Amino acid sequence: MAQFGTAAPTFRQKLLRLNWELVLLIVLTASIGFAMLYSAANGSFDPWASRQISRFAVGVALMLMVALVDIRLWLRGSYFIYGACLMLLAAVELKGSIGMGAQRWLDLGFFQLQPSEVMKITVILALARYFHGFDVDEAGRLRNLWIPVLIVVAPIALVLRQPDLGTAMVVAMVGGSMFWLGGARLWQFGVVAAGVAAAVPVAWQFLHTYQKQRIFTFLNPENDPLGSGYHILQSKIALGSGGLFGKGFLEGTQSHLNFLPEKQTDFIFTMLAEEFGLIGGVGLIALYGLLIAYGVFIAFRCRSQFARLLAMGLSVNFFLYVFINIAMVMGILPVVGVPLPLISYGGTAMLTVLIGFGLIMSCWLHRDMFINRRGGLA
Amino acid sequence: MNSRDSDRQRFFTRRAALLAGGQLGLLTALVGRMYYLQVVESERYQTLAEENRINMRLLSPSRGRILDRFGVPVAVNQQNYRVLIKSENTPDVPAVLDRLAMIISIDADEKARILKEIRRKKKFVPVTVREFLEWEDVARLEVNAPDLPGVTIDVGERRFYPNGFAAAHILGYVGAPRREDLTGDPLLELPGFRIGRSGIERAFDKPLRGSAGASQLEVNAVGRVIRELDRQEGDSGRDVVLTMDMELQRTSMRRLGEESGAIVVMDVETGGVIVQASTPSFDPNAFTEGLSNAQWRSLADNERAPLRNKAIAGEYAPGSTFKMIVALAALEEGVVSAQSSFFCPGHIEVGDGKFHCWRRQGHGHVDLSRGIAESCDVYFYEIARKVGIDKISKMAMRFGLGEDLGLDVPGERSGLIPTKAWKRAVIGQPWVLGETLVAGIGQGFVLTTPLQLATMTARMVNGGNPVLPHLARDVVTRGEMAERQDKDFTPIGVNPRHLKLVMDAMTKVTQDPSGTAFAARIRQPGMSMAGKTGTAQVRRISQRERDDGVIKNWDLDWKYRDHALFVGYGPIEKPRYAISVVVEHGGGGSSVAAPIARDVMTATLDRDPARLAPGADVAGLRGPNPQGS
Repeated sequence: MAQFGTAAPTFRQKLLRLNWELVLLIVLTASIGFAMLYSAANGSFDPWASRQISRFAVGVALMLMVALVDIRLWLRGSYFIYGACLMLLAAVELKGSIGMGAQRWLDLGFFQLQPSEVMKITVILALARYFHGFDVDEAGRLRNLWIPVLIVVAPIALVLRQPDLGTAMVVAMVGGSMFWLGGARLWQFGVVAAGVAAAVPVAWQFLHTYQKQRIFTFLNPENDPLGSGYHILQSKIALGSGGLFGKGFLEGTQSHLNFLPEKQTDFIFTMLAEEFGLIGGVGLIALYGLLIAYGVFIAFRCRSQFARLLAMGLSVNFFLYVFINIAMVMGILPVVGVPLPLISYGGTAMLTVLIGFGLIMSCWLHRDMFINRRGGLA
Repeated sequence: MNSRDSDRQRFFTRRAALLAGGQLGLLTALVGRMYYLQVVESERYQTLAEENRINMRLLSPSRGRILDRFGVPVAVNQQNYRVLIKSENTPDVPAVLDRLAMIISIDADEKARILKEIRRKKKFVPVTVREFLEWEDVARLEVNAPDLPGVTIDVGERRFYPNGFAAAHILGYVGAPRREDLTGDPLLELPGFRIGRSGIERAFDKPLRGSAGASQLEVNAVGRVIRELDRQEGDSGRDVVLTMDMELQRTSMRRLGEESGAIVVMDVETGGVIVQASTPSFDPNAFTEGLSNAQWRSLADNERAPLRNKAIAGEYAPGSTFKMIVALAALEEGVVSAQSSFFCPGHIEVGDGKFHCWRRQGHGHVDLSRGIAESCDVYFYEIARKVGIDKISKMAMRFGLGEDLGLDVPGERSGLIPTKAWKRAVIGQPWVLGETLVAGIGQGFVLTTPLQLATMTARMVNGGNPVLPHLARDVVTRGEMAERQDKDFTPIGVNPRHLKLVMDAMTKVTQDPSGTAFAARIRQPGMSMAGKTGTAQVRRISQRERDDGVIKNWDLDWKYRDHALFVGYGPIEKPRYAISVVVEHGGGGSSVAAPIARDVMTATLDRDPARLAPGADVAGLRGPNPQGS
């Protein structure tokens, strides 16, 4: 057995023990993305694939750096990081540039940061830190739950004001999962569910017209095939016409004839399924399943509650990206603007996902470390 | 390590396992949904994909028209119904082609071509099955449309030349782009798109072509357009206005008739080519539809070369029409004067060679005026000997012989004006005196094209202004005309008195009863033409034949007969038009070429825009030169 000790591993040991096979899986998935972006541009590296490749390279470097940092540092810094990100999100409210009719970007000059993406990770960090300090019994007490509820609700409130329904949903679900893992009682979930059900009619009043529209068309896309149902219907047509084996790389007629909207971002899975059929689509889902399972496996192996919660929470977060995006393009969920992780064209999402994997790897490297409630060694 | 922590771990493991199980379930649901869409419902979505298709279609721009100098269209566009097939919408292409073949006959070659093209192109690119359908065929195809999935009919444009044969060499023709023409411009890959292959169509292909528009169409499974969502019009091609007069061109072609030959009529002030006839000709409309192999062979192998534009690419010995050049060279060099005369006994002997005059009994005492009017060969042997070949050649080149004149229609040949240096370099032998003599009557090495002969004549009668021939006057955009900018020519610098002497002699050719073309003079009042006949020998006449009596032209095989030539200008008092006529193997210049020139010149003078509509602003016409000439 490895040293049952509490001593921190050296840099050299970390480098050797890093999950290189996980890195390989990530590179493989991202490469599929490059191929699809190449196809989306009708067989050209410009304008998407080439830029995506360079972003990915930067992201992988960042991921390894995050992985090698001592996990206790992440634990101690988690509230600070969360707070900083929350302020950034608030800043978007004050000074955000307009993109797609909604304020989501913070222009840093060289890079357009989408704080709501990063927010998801910081919420997980903060909740993992919080529940790390409690036993299961204590964590389930109501007086100990109002702080984590605040941690989740604050960003949701900001994101909803932007308004970004997709991110709000993801943050809520990730938060819920953390509560579930941290020790919240079953009946508490029941109460929240009932409360949400009661709040829906009220919340409906606050939704933007385009959001209502999206929900309507999601419920009945065939109603207005050239209006707002267009995206879902065209996506289903492209996907369905791909059949079992697909139309072949670069041969997707629906996507190449520009039927498919946003084929390089949110609807890239449709394009893959059109060109590579059921075989290709299921293959990719299996690859994603493997990546998620990896996170779950690491969570099981960790000896500190913080690392367990962090690894599991991040893997849930990754799962939610995958599930919501694919369900959305197949018409199971409304179009909410969640990218397909590692594949969709876009900088922030790519970076966030890779940082998430960096943290998961950090959990793995420090899996045998006992950490006390204040973040010191036990 | 404490029990509380291991409690916590057990709790976490249990709940995380549940969560992971839930995730697995949801991912499985996604796979199930995919299976449903891509396998169970696949066919429905494939149909939908084809039914509800929005397609970008390039709109071919209308090709610009070609107009003659009076604005009469000589190349236009007609509606062209064609059948297209899109393999993506056709489950069984050969079967559908067979069904199509029952409506419009498709032979095996055509079928092979269509199948090959379908294999080469992307599935959603339509391939042309047949163009230029009759209306009845279109109607029958429409009725049978349900049995012909993937087959569509569309209306395109087809190039049409209303005058067919008459201006084929000038206008050229259009054809489908060949592989080497493809530049990546998607326009060129459109079914049925044509580019200029020769003549004006080729020289001005760019402006005539225009730029493509685009139409966003929603089309159904059979390819029928349901509606147009968006449309951006392209720019149609620009019109090209020629200096040519179609009516005169037709007259000239008719006048040449069955002969093989060429006529060029040129405006002596501008160099604008008014007639450029070449016979036999071909039908450029046949090229638009695509020639069969047999049709092509019969055109390419024809002894009389219908595809060659003889007016610019036919190289002929100029014969006696070259004599003005020799005379001008001699006058300019001062070796003869107007009064100098020579005795013509019917031949002269130089070295051990004997050189004959066309008139065996001789002309007696001959001066410059008679030498040209009666075309005495001996006179020109004498002056050519005195002035020398290099001086003659230099003069010839100043008048545009022996060089490519840069006509705006491709295919021009440069002819040949020999010099001593040329012979040494090309043939590798020294020049001999006898060759100078032969060149003095426009035979031997000397070769000229009808275009050069007309240009030569124009430069002689316009006061020595070195005009250059051209056919296109303007390229017109939507009624706006960009006037052609004529270059300012520096006169070629031949003494005007010498030019006057030559012109007076050319006048005698038609006006003096002794002139070689007196019989072919214009008799209509108010019209006149001066000129010079020429008869170019194609074969060598041996001494034995001369002794036995020269064989008459008509007893020879067609291809051994003499070429008949004539150059001229009119009206005599105020030259405006220059003409050159060459009739291949036609016989004598005075008997064959001169009458043709007379008729064409008469028609030309008759259609002089100043006469037709005095004061009117006619396309292509410039007012009389204000400086006079």
